[in-house]
Amino acid sequence: MVKKAVGLFLILFLLGGLSALAAEKVVKVGVVYEQTGNVATFGQSAVNATKMAAEEINAKGGIKGVGRIELVIEDNKSDAAESANAYNKLIFKDKVVGILGPVTSTNTLAAGPIAQQAGIPVITPTSTNPRVTQVGDYIFRACFIDPFQGRVMAVFAAKELKFKRVAVMPEVTSDYAMGLCQFFKENFEKLGGKVVAEEKFSTGDQDFSAQLTKIKATNPDAIYVGSYYNDVALISRQARQLGINVPLIGGDGFDSPKLFEIGKEAVVGHYFTNHYSPDDQDPVTQKFVKAYKAKYGQTPDALAALGYDAANLLFDAIRRAGKADPKAIRDALAKTKGFKGVSGSITFDENRNPVKAAVILQVQKDGSQKFVKKVQP
Amino acid sequence: MSPHDLTLQVIQQVFNGVSLGSIYALIALGYTMVYGIIRLINFAHGDIFMVGAFAGYFATAVYKLSFFPALVLAMVVAALTGVTIEFFAYRPIRKAGRISALITAIGVSFLLENAGLLILKPDPRAFPEVIPLTVYNVGGLIVNNRQVLILAVTFGLMFLLQWIVRYTKIGKAMRAVANDRDAAHLMGIDVNQVITVTFALGSALAAAAGVLVGIVYNRIDPLMGIMPGLKAFVAAVLGGIGIIPGAMIGGFVMGIVEVLVVAFISSGWKDAAAFVALIIILLVRPVGLLGRNVGEKV
Repeated sequence: MVKKAVGLFLILFLLGGLSALAAEKVVKVGVVYEQTGNVATFGQSAVNATKMAAEEINAKGGIKGVGRIELVIEDNKSDAAESANAYNKLIFKDKVVGILGPVTSTNTLAAGPIAQQAGIPVITPTSTNPRVTQVGDYIFRACFIDPFQGRVMAVFAAKELKFKRVAVMPEVTSDYAMGLCQFFKENFEKLGGKVVAEEKFSTGDQDFSAQLTKIKATNPDAIYVGSYYNDVALISRQARQLGINVPLIGGDGFDSPKLFEIGKEAVVGHYFTNHYSPDDQDPVTQKFVKAYKAKYGQTPDALAALGYDAANLLFDAIRRAGKADPKAIRDALAKTKGFKGVSGSITFDENRNPVKAAVILQVQKDGSQKFVKKVQP
Repeated sequence: MSPHDLTLQVIQQVFNGVSLGSIYALIALGYTMVYGIIRLINFAHGDIFMVGAFAGYFATAVYKLSFFPALVLAMVVAALTGVTIEFFAYRPIRKAGRISALITAIGVSFLLENAGLLILKPDPRAFPEVIPLTVYNVGGLIVNNRQVLILAVTFGLMFLLQWIVRYTKIGKAMRAVANDRDAAHLMGIDVNQVITVTFALGSALAAAAGVLVGIVYNRIDPLMGIMPGLKAFVAAVLGGIGIIPGAMIGGFVMGIVEVLVVAFISSGWKDAAAFVALIIILLVRPVGLLGRNVGEKV
């Protein structure tokens, strides 16, 4: 009898111990972002949003059946070699089940092969270069890729703005810009539009008057500029000085406060495609914007939105996999369908690129960006 | 395109080229003057142009000066910078040979660029709008007041420089030193003083170009001097290095060639065109466009 009682007690004790262990189970997720260096603000926004996403899940007791999320955060100093080092540490020392980041294509391309070889799933929030996910079947991204941006603007220009004649200005020294312009051109011509001029320039050019004079003679409805905000601002100003008063249109490279700071009134009226807008009235987006503002005291930028989506995509896959196993998580991630993200509904295609909406923004007189339209793929 | 439109476009493009070329010409003058006096290709000269642009930026953005005071201030700051560089970097090794001096110049160039990145930060800045833009339409030709300003300032400074070189005592001394440094020294000319003045003048002209670029293109950053510096060097060689009118003509030729290549061949060839022009000139006339003229060497 006593023996039986002791046995029962022991069993109860063991069970209790097990359940206590179960409550403490954690799942380690690696985070590698550019928190210092050249593109520091990108990484800082992404880290803030990732922390917020993890806290929200943990406040609900973690991922059901798998455990609480523990973030292991590394700074890659905006450097490709540091990104690879961080990946090695996270995978072989911390034994994480998945990695978020980095934000830029170059850094993700440098580190990606390590995770691919080790079989650890990766989600990068904003590496838009098509080559990034071609590293292997463990690499995913939360953003659309450049060919899609080019197409969205082509459709918007042709169908909504009813533009017939558009001039194209690619920055020949940038893969990003060349890709954008090529896809814009192809799609715009397919829709019956005419690309009336293609005038190239190089990184660091200051004077665009020759190209613009030539473009002016072709009398376009708009100029599609494949480049980043700095050059876009300069081109806008010189276009106005030459008496060209049509808007410039382009991709997410336009998105910076510097665009208006340098371009002033010359950039007002420009349209560009972007990943997300804080003015999007979608309830998921609005909930995120409110929570982020309350926590960090600023309006989340596109990097924060995509960092948040990348984190939640991974957490969602862990939940569906039901275990902290990298292979199972990868498989679950690949099957992601209609995930409700802040930057729109996300479904991965066979190349692990999300099929998702883009927003079109327009620069306003006070330098703010007006949300014009959300374009579904 | 009708013949009238075509003519108009050619005129417009040539005008664009002239305003671009005047920037090259202003920078090229500094290269050519220093070369004329001490046979040194001062590769830090493009970065002096950057220093001038930033001096103009701080004068207008922080101290709220208007255009002309800011221009003068920027020229003074750059002149002092040029003189300081000459004193600390070039003077001690003046007798060490031309290769040592050339490599020192490249070193100074890197120093200025990286100090600029460190202190001024790599982020491009917007130059304040000290001159409100007015666009004129002259029978279809689009001209704006800033382009007119570039041309006016450039020509004004060129005449001033010519006057200094031709009609002042120091100008006479400069010509003498350029002609034969040792003989000039024997004649009682203070060679060091002449070199200092040459650096000051050349740097001031580059600074003027820097401020004009800031006003017209509105964007400045610490590495802005590299490409214009290189092109201005080509312009100086093209016109015949060491010859003042050569640098002016070389600058304008460069600007116009670049623009016409974009207009009538392809925009992809723009940068290549300048250097192809240089190769052709060097093959056909190795001394540059004005090389054989006896023109005063300064």
